[in-house]
This record gives sequence, structure tokens and C-alpha cells, in this order.
Amino acid sequence: MRRLLIGLVLLATVCAVAGAALLAWQRNLSDATPESTAPVSLERGAYLAAVGNCAGCHTARGGERLAGGRAIPTPFGTVFSPNLTPDASGLAGWTADDFWRALHLGQSRDGRLLVPAHPITNTTLVTREDADALHGWLQAQPPVAAPRRTHELRWPYDNQLAIAAWRALYFKPGIYQPDPARDAAWNRGAYLSQGLAHCSACHAGRDALGGDRGASDFRGGLLVGLGWLAPSLHDPAEAGVQRWPDAMLQQWLRDGHAQGHTAQGPMAEVVLGSTAALNSADLAAVSTYLRALPENAVARPEGARPDPRRRERGAGLYREHCAACHGERGEGRRDASGANAYPALAGSRIVTQASAANLIRVIERGGFAPATPGHPQPYGMPPFAGMLGADDLAALASHLRESFGHRAGEIDTVEVLRLRAAAAAH
Amino acid sequence: MRAWLLALALTAAQAPAQAQPVPDTLAQREVPNTLAQRALACTGCHGKEGRAAPDGYYPRLAGKPAGYLYNQLLNFRDGRRDYGLMSELIAPLSDAYLQELAGHFASLDLPYPPPQKPTLPAAELARAERLVRHGDTARRLPACTACHGERLTGTQPAVPGLLGLSRDYLNGQLGAWRSGQRRAQAPDCMAQIAKALTETEINAVTQLLAGQALPADPHPATALPAPPPVRCGGMKP
Repeated sequence: MRRLLIGLVLLATVCAVAGAALLAWQRNLSDATPESTAPVSLERGAYLAAVGNCAGCHTARGGERLAGGRAIPTPFGTVFSPNLTPDASGLAGWTADDFWRALHLGQSRDGRLLVPAHPITNTTLVTREDADALHGWLQAQPPVAAPRRTHELRWPYDNQLAIAAWRALYFKPGIYQPDPARDAAWNRGAYLSQGLAHCSACHAGRDALGGDRGASDFRGGLLVGLGWLAPSLHDPAEAGVQRWPDAMLQQWLRDGHAQGHTAQGPMAEVVLGSTAALNSADLAAVSTYLRALPENAVARPEGARPDPRRRERGAGLYREHCAACHGERGEGRRDASGANAYPALAGSRIVTQASAANLIRVIERGGFAPATPGHPQPYGMPPFAGMLGADDLAALASHLRESFGHRAGEIDTVEVLRLRAAAAAH
Repeated sequence: MRAWLLALALTAAQAPAQAQPVPDTLAQREVPNTLAQRALACTGCHGKEGRAAPDGYYPRLAGKPAGYLYNQLLNFRDGRRDYGLMSELIAPLSDAYLQELAGHFASLDLPYPPPQKPTLPAAELARAERLVRHGDTARRLPACTACHGERLTGTQPAVPGLLGLSRDYLNGQLGAWRSGQRRAQAPDCMAQIAKALTETEINAVTQLLAGQALPADPHPATALPAPPPVRCGGMKP
């Protein structure tokens, strides 16, 4: 009994020492990158803040821009973005070095480690010059008093030790290192996509601890709490753009719409908040990089057991609710100006992706493509949530996934319910 | 067994129908390049041409002042009103486009549904009528007509009419204002008014309003008859 007790005390001591060491290690990462000598350009800072869509997370719905307070759902609880304006409740008094530590080392001015919902694996890649430009621009914004809200994370994710452990596993500070085997456009595209634009924040395939395989991992996954799937950018059958013409991808990133392909849900927000702002050289660079991503097919789960009656019911629902806009044969419809009004569903990747999450989501909740200067008056789709139950959704999705030449597999009611549950906030 | 055979026969009868080719004229039809076509995303819930859904939950949009409709779109987008489907749907749209959609519904001049017969005793309805027309100065309650117009058909550019709406809808909105579920731009005058009314008064007023037919001229008044008695953030479009 006594030996057991001594053993337990010893074990607890070792754990405490190891934890303290881990925390001390992560909190005392040093970085000697000096402040850049280039004069700070507010214009450049504004541009970089747009590309990084800082305001996307750091603005509450209907709230003052960049004043924080947006609730961000994660599998570990809800985090609330802090105030980035130069108010006492925000970044007042932050020096360029303080801001650099936050972006590069993921550490707040008071030494606390930032929760990894802030995409530190991406922002660490940003150069000192760009970080200083961002800092200069943020400090020039009007201050807004907006006290920060405490994160609502579940135990044990709510303490610094957990963040230190996460960082030990997944975070390695370091600015982007150009690949000498690639040209300047590819490297610029990689720097932006992996860094400030933080594409992997959504498109990475995350493990159970929310870790990814680096900023160039775009295997995709379910965005818990948002109810959308970020599809893989490595698979042309999912959302890979390896086979898209350069001009088409540039148009899509700028306008949120190209040849019947529309940005939906969180990606519409990204187009509006970020990619629409890319200047032409950066737009071309990002397109170059994304089109050159390595190809990897995602695993396709076996579909539900084929059920002709379910598909038949789906075909009936399609004729009743969908065909008027999407066409009897899923061919889509153009308007009188020749513009693509309603996308073709025949060949649509949202229909045939391995997961039916986004298809179900769009049918249930409808949507518009983002209204951008290049595509200011998108046509829209009404929500069908009140009209179609889980059985109907399974039937309609199964019909779509097995019609128009598709062989994407059927969906049963259980799968619809499972996707709903998986997408809901924990 | 008979049911089985019937089901089999029905399935057999439906199967070939599916294989029928679609006439090309339909497949090639173009949609009109209009706001009405784009607004079909709204009328799925708000009823054909925005005349309201039969359930009383999704309100009429047709003929309401454009500034009012636009303000509501902003309220949904910015979280002052809370209905997930609505907020998500319009989230990626620009202010200019929301204004155009609001203008489209405002421009529709369509007949209104018949009034709902009130069930309350005449004395209570008379009290409601006094509140609607004169308010209650002692409780600092302005008359509905002071802002919503003498005819209660609303006032341009941003005050909605109160007639042609279902009782359920009116009760729902006043209830939402009391609970803070529905808000407007500050100062939120309707929240103050809804909180000052008793539940009995709300019930009587909505019975009266929903029971009243639209006047011969159902359009919103062009301007307020006098300066508004309370300050309302939502009055400016």
C-alpha cells in the first residue's frame, strides 16, 4: 500500500515536471528575426489583411470590424476571437515585436499561448516584412472598445498545458522557405495559400486532436459546427482544380462563380473576404499553385445498398422540386443573357463527392453564390428544409448520385442523420 | 395479396415513364434575366410572389416599403433578427443586391388576403382601437397610426403596414420584440412599445389589425403626417 502511494506520488511529480517543462519550452521559443527596415506601407498592410481575411474571424456578426467577439465552433468547444483594433481591450500598445511573436510563435503579449483555432501553423510562414505591414495597418485602425470573451473550451482543452502539448505535436515555427525547384509564381502562390490565406485551416484533413499534416495538406474534412465539408483539393473528383483551365480558376477565385461552378457556404465567405481581393499577379500565383497540387484520390466509402424504390421516390421529388431550375436531365439553365443561372447537376462535383454532406446541406438550406463585382446578382436556391424530411433527402440525394451518368453511390436515411449529427456543434 | 399485386402493377406502370425522353424545348428553355426570377429563392418560403405562406409564419413581402424590407435583410444578416435559414441564405449578398431584391418585392402591387374575423367581444376591440388610433399618453405609448400611417398601410420609406398580416404573425413579432429575439437598429422603438403593452392588449390589437380589410388605397403613405413621437433607428432606410 505504501509502495503504491509512493509510486503514485512519484508519477504525479514526473507528470508535473514534464508538463511544466513542456509549457516552459513552448512559452520560451525564441526568435531573433529583426523588425524589417522597409517603411511600413498601410496600403500593403490593408491588402495583406484582406488576403488573410483577418476580419472574417475577428469581426462578430453585425459587430465593429476587427473588434473580435465572433464565436468560432470547434470540436473542442467554442472560441471567441479577440479584438485586433488598437484599443486597451485589443492591441493598444502592441509593438511590431509583440505582433510578430503572435503571428510567428503563436504567443500573446502576456506570454500565453494562442489557441490553435488561430491558424498558427499558417501565420508562422508569414515574412517579418508582411507581419510588420499588417501590424502597422492594424494600429492605424480606429480603436473599438470590445472586451474579450473567455473561450468556452471543454476540459482538458481549456488550459495552456493542452495547447503546449498540441504545439509540441503539430507546430513548428518558421517562415515560408521557397522551393528552388519551382518558379517564382508557384512559390508566391504557395506562400500565400499556405500562409496568410490559411487554406489549410479548413481544407486540411484533421486528426482527432485537430492536428494537420502541415500547411500544404489539403485532404479536406468535415467542418464541425459549421455543417459543411471542406472537400479535398488533392482529388479532381472532389474539389481539386488540377484539370481546370487557369483562367477559369482565376475567375472562380475572384468572382465566386465560373462556368456553373459556384463557391458555397464558408467558401463563399472566403471569396468575399479574401480571394476576391487578390491582385492580378497574386491571383495568377495562387491559381498556379493550386492547379499544381499533387493528386490523391480520397477514399470513397461504400454507398448504401442500392434501392430502386428509394431512387424512384427521389426521381419524383426531383421532377417536383428541382427540374424547373436544374433541368429535367440535370443540364442546368442559362438566362436570356447566356449566363449560367442554375448550375448543371449532371457532372456536378457537389453531387458526386465521396461525402454527401454538402449536397444534403445545399438541398436543405439553399444558397446563393457570393455577390461579387464580377457576378453581382447571383441566382439563388430556396431552402427545402421545411419541405423534405430525412427520408426525402436520402431519396433525392440517391437519385442525383445515380443519375445523369453518375455512379457515386446511394445514401440512406441513417447516413443523412449521421451527417447532420456530425456537422452539428458538439 | 391484392395490395401486393396492386403495388407491383403500380411500380411496373411507373417504370417506363421514367425512361421517356424529355422534350428538347423544355430542356433548352432559358430563364428570364430578371429580379423576379432571382427572387424565387425567397418565394419558396414567403409564398408565390412574396404574398406570404399560408402558415402565417413567413410574412408577406409584396408591397412593403423598400426601406423596411432592406432594413430587415440587414437585421437578419447582422444578427439583430435571428433565423438561421434566412441569415445564411443572404449572408453572401452585397448591400446593393439586397437593396435591389427589397425594391423588387416593394414594387409588387398584389391583392391582399381577406381579413381574419376577430373573436373578442366588441368592448375589448374598441379599447384596442383607441390604443391603435390614440395610444396611451400616461404610459408613453404612441398611437400605431402616428408612424404606420392613418390608414395603417405603412409609411415610406421604412415603416411597414400593419394590415393584411395574419394574427399569428403579428403576435409572433410583438412577442419576439418583448423577448429580444427580434431587434431593430437602435434606438429600438418597437421593442420599448412591445414591452410596455400587456399580453391582453397585444392580443386585442392583433385581433383588431388582422380583422381589418385593406382600405381602397392599400399603398404605404408617402410621408409621416407629423414628426414621429418616438425615436426609431429603423425609420431611416
